[in-house]
Amino acid sequence: MSAELITVTINGVKQKVHGGSLLIKAAEEAGTYIPRFCWHPRMTPVGMCRMCLVEVEGPRGTMLVTSCTTPVSAEMVVHTESDTVKKAQEGILEFLLANHPLDCPVCDRGGECPLQDQTMSYGPGESRFVEEKRHYEKPIPISDLVMLDRERCILCARCTRFSDEISGDPLIEFMDRGNGTQVNTFPDEPFASYFSGNTVQICPVGALTATPYRFRARPWDLRVIASTCVVCTAGDAISVHASQNEVLRYLGVDNDATNHGWLSDKCRFGFEYLNSDERLTMPLVRGKDGTLGEASWSEALNLAAEKLGAIIDEHGAQAVAGLGGARGTNEDAYAFAKFMRSVIGSGHLDAQMDDGLNPQFLAALSGRGQIGDLERAKTILLWAPDLKEEHPTLYLRVRRAAQELGAKLIVVHPRRTGLDDRAAHKFTYKPGDGAAVLEALMAGEGEFAKARAALNDGPVVAIVGRPGLTESPVLAESVAAFARDLPGGSVLPIVRRSNTYGALDMGVAPNLLPGRAGIGSAGLANLEEAWGGLPTKAGYDAAAIATGVSEGSIKAVILLGADPVVDMPNSIDLAAADLVIAIDLFLTDSSTQADIVLPAVGFAEKEGTVTNLEGRVQKVNKVVAEPGQAREDWSILDDLAARMGKPMGLASAEAIAKEIAHVAPAYDGVTWDLVTWDQPDGAVVPVGAERAPLEYVPVVAPRNGPVSGEGFVLHSARTMYDDGVICRQGQSIGKLAPGAAAHLSPADARTLDVVNGSLLKVSAGSEEAELPVVIDDSLAVGVVYVPFNQPGGPHFGSNPEILVVKV
Amino acid sequence: MAYPLVVTERMMEHPADSHTMERYEATGGYQAARQALGQTRDELVEVVKASGLLGRGGAAFSAGLKWSFLAPARPAYLVVNGDESEPGTFKDRQLLERDPHQLIEGMIIAAKANEVYESFIYIRGEYPKPARRVQQAVVEAYAKGYLGKGIFGTDYNLELTVHLGAGAYICGEETALLNSLEGRRGEPRLKPPYFPAAKGLYMKPTIVNNVETIANLPHIINKGAEWFSGLSDSEDTGTFMMSISGHVNKPGNYELPHGLTWRQVIYDVAGGIRNGNELKAWVPGGASAPWFVPDLHLDRPITKAACAEDGSMLGSGAIIVMDHTTDMVGAAERLVAFFAEESCGQCTPCREGTTWLDMILQRVLDGAGRDADIDLLLDLSDNISVGLAWPPKQTTICPLGPSAVSPVMSLVRHFRDEVEAHIAKGIHSGGQGTPVSIRGSA
Repeated sequence: MSAELITVTINGVKQKVHGGSLLIKAAEEAGTYIPRFCWHPRMTPVGMCRMCLVEVEGPRGTMLVTSCTTPVSAEMVVHTESDTVKKAQEGILEFLLANHPLDCPVCDRGGECPLQDQTMSYGPGESRFVEEKRHYEKPIPISDLVMLDRERCILCARCTRFSDEISGDPLIEFMDRGNGTQVNTFPDEPFASYFSGNTVQICPVGALTATPYRFRARPWDLRVIASTCVVCTAGDAISVHASQNEVLRYLGVDNDATNHGWLSDKCRFGFEYLNSDERLTMPLVRGKDGTLGEASWSEALNLAAEKLGAIIDEHGAQAVAGLGGARGTNEDAYAFAKFMRSVIGSGHLDAQMDDGLNPQFLAALSGRGQIGDLERAKTILLWAPDLKEEHPTLYLRVRRAAQELGAKLIVVHPRRTGLDDRAAHKFTYKPGDGAAVLEALMAGEGEFAKARAALNDGPVVAIVGRPGLTESPVLAESVAAFARDLPGGSVLPIVRRSNTYGALDMGVAPNLLPGRAGIGSAGLANLEEAWGGLPTKAGYDAAAIATGVSEGSIKAVILLGADPVVDMPNSIDLAAADLVIAIDLFLTDSSTQADIVLPAVGFAEKEGTVTNLEGRVQKVNKVVAEPGQAREDWSILDDLAARMGKPMGLASAEAIAKEIAHVAPAYDGVTWDLVTWDQPDGAVVPVGAERAPLEYVPVVAPRNGPVSGEGFVLHSARTMYDDGVICRQGQSIGKLAPGAAAHLSPADARTLDVVNGSLLKVSAGSEEAELPVVIDDSLAVGVVYVPFNQPGGPHFGSNPEILVVKV
Repeated sequence: MAYPLVVTERMMEHPADSHTMERYEATGGYQAARQALGQTRDELVEVVKASGLLGRGGAAFSAGLKWSFLAPARPAYLVVNGDESEPGTFKDRQLLERDPHQLIEGMIIAAKANEVYESFIYIRGEYPKPARRVQQAVVEAYAKGYLGKGIFGTDYNLELTVHLGAGAYICGEETALLNSLEGRRGEPRLKPPYFPAAKGLYMKPTIVNNVETIANLPHIINKGAEWFSGLSDSEDTGTFMMSISGHVNKPGNYELPHGLTWRQVIYDVAGGIRNGNELKAWVPGGASAPWFVPDLHLDRPITKAACAEDGSMLGSGAIIVMDHTTDMVGAAERLVAFFAEESCGQCTPCREGTTWLDMILQRVLDGAGRDADIDLLLDLSDNISVGLAWPPKQTTICPLGPSAVSPVMSLVRHFRDEVEAHIAKGIHSGGQGTPVSIRGSA
C-alpha cells in the first residue's frame, strides 16, 4: 500500500486518505463507516454480501460499487449516504433477513451481532417477506469445538476464506448454489483445524458457535478486559470475558505486532482449566499419615520456613533448588529469583525444564528480531519446533509471509511440519545429524545449494529452537549464529512455556541476574542495594538440579508452577528430596509428591506483565477473583521470606514492576505505565539505547554418536493438544490429544514387518510402552517419532536412543 | 426465401458426414488456417475488425476489437465458450455437433491472430454428443498435424483441450467459466479486472469467444471482410444463428442475415404461430432479454441497435414465441425460477432476491397473491437491478440477478392486467384460489 496521501470527496467533504487502500478502509480512516459483512481487513475482499455498496461518480455517471473491492484514487467523489445507497443498503438487509431465522433471543451472537447492529442502523425496519424461510437441520457439529447453524448463515465466506487463506486448512467450503448455497464440511472430514475458533469470532452472525461458550452468557453480562495470551511465547493480544466471576471465553484482539487478531483453539479455549473443580483453594501439608491435608496459610508457611531453615542450617543454602516460574508473570518470576538468590542464597534455579535453550545465549542474542520482521522478510529459515503445533499464531504469520507476501521459506525439521506446503525448500533429517546438516547448508553443498543462495537474499528471518526434545539445545545457537550474519539477518528464538523469556529476564536461571545481566556484570548497583548484595556464583540448571536431587546434594526443591515429573521424566526423582514445596494451581504429577502445596492464583486472576519471544513486555490483567484462599506467587514468596526472617519488602505486583524497572538493566524504566491497555503492542525491551550485549560465544553443536545395534533415534515433540494441565483440565480441548503412537518410516515399517495400527514395544531407559504404529513417510529411516506427553502415553525424555520391538 | 448460409452451409449440404475430417477437407476445410498461419497478428486482427464480426455469445462486442485488447504478457490463452445454457438457445450445439472442424479451424486462426499456444473449448456438461464429436475431431486434427507441435508443417504450436462443464448456467459467464476451467467453483469474478483479455485464465491474458463467433473465422479469412459485411443489409454484418422455439409451426435453428424484421422471422422463417393462434409476445434474445410484443415490435428490424433502442437485446439469438394461450405470469415465473435455480449464490441480492421473486410469482399463480405484490415485485427488482434501467445497472457482481428481473419487468410492463386478474381471483381478494401455506401472514 502506498503511504502517499490523496484527496477524495466523501459525502461532500474533502478528505486526505492513503492512496492505494480500499475505499471501505480509507473511508473508515476518514471517519465514515460503511456497513459490511463479508469484508475483513485481514482477508482478500470477495465483494459478496454487497452491503458496502456506495456511489462513485465516474465519466459515465454515478455507479454503485462495492467499497471493499474498489481502491481509492485521487479526486474520487464518493457518496455513502445518498438515497440510492440507502435504498441499496435497505434492500440488501431485507434480502439477508428474508431467510434469517431471527432467533436472536436464543443466539449466542445476540447483543454483539453485526447483522443485528447493522439492521438497526441501516435496515428497512420491516420485512415484506411472507414466504416460508429456508430450513436446515440446526445446528450441526462440524468439529468438536464448532457448531454450524446454516439457517443463520448469511454466506459471507469469512469462515471459508479464513480456513483457506489464513490457516491453510480449507476444510469448510460452500456447497450447492443459489438459494441452496451452504457452508459445510466435506463428507467424513470434520473441521478439525487448530484455528477453528477464529471462524466463530469473525462470523458476522451466530451461524458458527463455539461449544465451550454456547448458551453460557449474554454479551451485556460479560466483564471484558484486555490481556495477553499465555499459552505460547508469541504474546497474542486477547480480551478475557467473564461473567459471575467465571472466565467464559477469550477473543483475539487485532494488532500488527503479534497475532493479527487470530488465536489457536488451544489459546482460545484453553481457559477452562481456570474453572476446574480440581483447582487448589487451600494450602496442603503432608501429615503424619503421609497424605496431604488442608492447612491454614500460617501453618503451611511456618512449616515451610521452618523446614527450609533447618535444611539450610544443616546442609547449607546450596542444598535448596528452585524450578519453574515460566508460567507466571514477570513480577512473580522476579520474586522467585529474589527469593532464591537473596533469601535462600542459592543459585540452583531454572525456569526451563531441560527442554529449552541456554539462558545466556538468549540474553546475549544480538540481532534478535521481531515478529513484524516477517512482513518484510525475503527469506525465512525455520529450524525450530513445528510452529503449527507449538507456536500457532507465529505459524500463521510465517504462512502469511510465505503465501501472501512472497517470502521464500526454508524448513529444516526431522519430519513433516505444518508449513511444508509453503516451503520453497524442505530438508528432513535424523535428530542428531543437525550439526552436519547445518554445515552442509552453510557450505551450500549439493541439495542445499539453492537454499543457501536464497539465504543471501535478505532480509532473512531465522526462527530457531529445538525441533524436538532429543535435539541438542546448542544446535539452535549455531543456527542463530549463522543466521544473524546473513543479509539483514534477525533471529526469533523459540522456547516452550509462555513466559519463559520473562522468567529468564527476571533471573530465574542459574547463570543470569535480572535484566539479562550476567553474574559479575558491572552496573548492578541498584540490584545490589535491593537484594542486599550481589550473587557471585552460577548455580545448577534443571538437569543438574535433577542430578543433585538423585545424588543427595539437593535436599529441598521449590516448584513454582513447575511439573518436572512430566517435563523431565527420565531425570528427576522428587521422592529422593527431603523437602518439596510446590506452588501450583493443581495437584500435578509433581505437586502430588510435595510436602507442602501452596495454592496459587492463575491467569485472569492477577495483574502483571509477561515478556514474549521478541522481548515484548505486555500486560496481563485481572478479571475474576481467585478461588478460595489461593494467593499470588509473589505474595506467597514474600510471606515465606518474612517468616524466614529475611523480608523481601514486596508490596504489590505494581510495586515489584517498579523495582524491576529500577534494578534490571534491560528493563530500565519499563513500568506498567508503558504497557497499559492503550498500548496494545506493549514495549520491546530493552527500551531506548541498545545495551552492550552479554559476552557469549556460541559453541558448535555436538553430534549424536551412532546408534548401536537394533536401536532407533527418538524424535520427541509436542503436539498442540497433549496431557498438559491446560488440556487435562479443560473438558473441551482435553479430548483432542492425538494419543501416543510410534511413527516410523515406511522402510522401517517393512523391516519390522508392521502396518498402521500394529503394536510396537518402544523402550527408552526405564520407560517402556506398547504403542500403535503410524507409518509416516516424512521420517528418515531409523527415526521413531513419539508425540510427547500424550494421555496414557509414555514419558520419554531427551535420551535419543530407543529400542523398538514388534509385539 | 433462401438466405445465404455461412456457418451452417456444410451441414445443410452434407447432413450425413459434415462432422468428419474427410468431408471438411473435401469442402475446402483448413485452407483458411494454412493461410492465417502465414499472416501476422496485425493482419488477422485487422481483417476480423474490418469484417465487423460481433461476438455471438450475447454481448455482441466486436471480435476484432476484443482481440486487439489482449495484453502482451505471455502465456496467454484462447478459450471457446461452448457452455450454451441460456434457455431457448441451442445454436452452438448444432455447430459443435455437426461441424466441429469448422470450430477447430476457427480456433487455429484465433490462436494465430493472438499469438496463443494453448486453447480450450468449454462445452456444456449436458452436451455429451457434441462433446464426443468435438473430441473426435480434435483427435483427428492432432493426428493430421493440424494441432500440436509445428502445425501444418510450420513452426507454430497449438494445444487444444476439450473440457466439459458440470451443469451450471453461470459458467457461461466468462469469468465463472474461467474459474470452473481452473477447477474452482463456477462463480463470476469481481470486476475489475474487467476483461479476461487483461487477466483471464490463471490471471493471464485470455481471449474468450463464443462458438459461433469462432466458426465464422475460416469463412472471413477465405472470402474476406468485404464479403462478410456484404451478407447483411444492416449495420450488423454477416449472418447469425437464431434458435426459434415456442408456439411456432417450424421451431429450430436458422442461420439468417441481420436486418430482417421480427415479422419475417416469426411468420416467414418459422412458419407462423401454431394452430393459427395469435402471437402474444416473444423473448427476443435469450431468457434474460426483456420481452417484445407484436403491437410495438413486430415490424422492427433485428439488429443490435434496434433491439437496444427498444429496451432489449438480441443476446444469444434465442427467440421464444408465446401465443395467446400463454399464461404470462406462469411464463415469467418459469423464467425467474430458472435464474433462481442457476444463481451461483455469491451475491445477496441475486441469491435471495431471485428466489423471493419466484416465490411471489408462484404465490400469485397459486391464488394467494395480494394487491401489494406487484409493487413488491417491482421494488425487489429495483433492489437487484437499480432503477430498472436497460441496459441494467446491478447491485451484483454479474448480470444474472438482473436477468431474473427482465421477465418480471416485461410481465408488469406489458401484462399487468394478467397479474391483477390472478390476484383478483385469489384468496386475499375473496376468490377461490388454491390456498398455500403462508407463514407469518397472520
